[in-house]
Amino acid sequence: MRLTRRYRFSASHRLDVPALSPEQNRKLFGKCNNPYGHGHDYVLEVTLEGAPDGSGQIVRRAELDSFVRERVIARLDHRNLNSDVEELAGAPPTTENLAVATRAMLKRDWPFPARLARVRIAETDRNIFDLDG
Amino acid sequence: MFLTRRAEFSASHVCANPSLSEAENRALYGDAANPNGHGHNYLVEVTVEGEADPVTGMVFDLRELKEVLNREVIEPMDHRFLNREVPPFDRVVPTTENIAREIWRRIQPRIDREGVKLHNVRLYETADLYVDFAGEGARR
Repeated sequence: MRLTRRYRFSASHRLDVPALSPEQNRKLFGKCNNPYGHGHDYVLEVTLEGAPDGSGQIVRRAELDSFVRERVIARLDHRNLNSDVEELAGAPPTTENLAVATRAMLKRDWPFPARLARVRIAETDRNIFDLDG
Repeated sequence: MFLTRRAEFSASHVCANPSLSEAENRALYGDAANPNGHGHNYLVEVTVEGEADPVTGMVFDLRELKEVLNREVIEPMDHRFLNREVPPFDRVVPTTENIAREIWRRIQPRIDREGVKLHNVRLYETADLYVDFAGEGARR
């Protein structure tokens, strides 16, 4: 059985690879390369897979919420993804890289018997990225 | 091919095990243990797997699927207090996990037939919390 919980965070970023020329970056990333950055209201879905325990739950909601909020949301919400997130240092903060970084934040010290089955991040309603746990 | 139909019901529930203390129930279920209950607009998505019939072009007759969902899930659960009015929730705590499993148990025998099987029950308790159940022992 799987349980999915949805969270939200708002963050800014700019897509730019220093090894490429300004012209190449503009061509590659388009308006995502605009020099002062821009932001999104991201939606994160965390999916756990496992059998419900004696209480009929895969995970206690409050424990999941406090872990995800402390490990992920507090570190991403109202932050600049280019400068404020250690896990993204040296990589352009695309949603692909953000999903990988988010999974690493969750897997470090993951405290639940149910396994992390999937991380989904929607950058906007139209761009959605899934990563197996 | 997969076919998914949605249905909604609104119901109240309490998540608490009567053999535990109020403090123990609060630790397990949080606010959902409040003794007088609270409610949700549940959204259920039922996914059926099969091949489209060569004559009708359908995996499953949607009218029949709607009737099965209405009879087995919506009519018994909509605008009810699950713990008091909908067995087995008089003795099974109506967590999202247990309600999803109960919906599966109720509809699977009405759906499975040659070439067609119930693939998944997804139950949203709120827009921010849902459970997927694909049968006992399913690895998915």
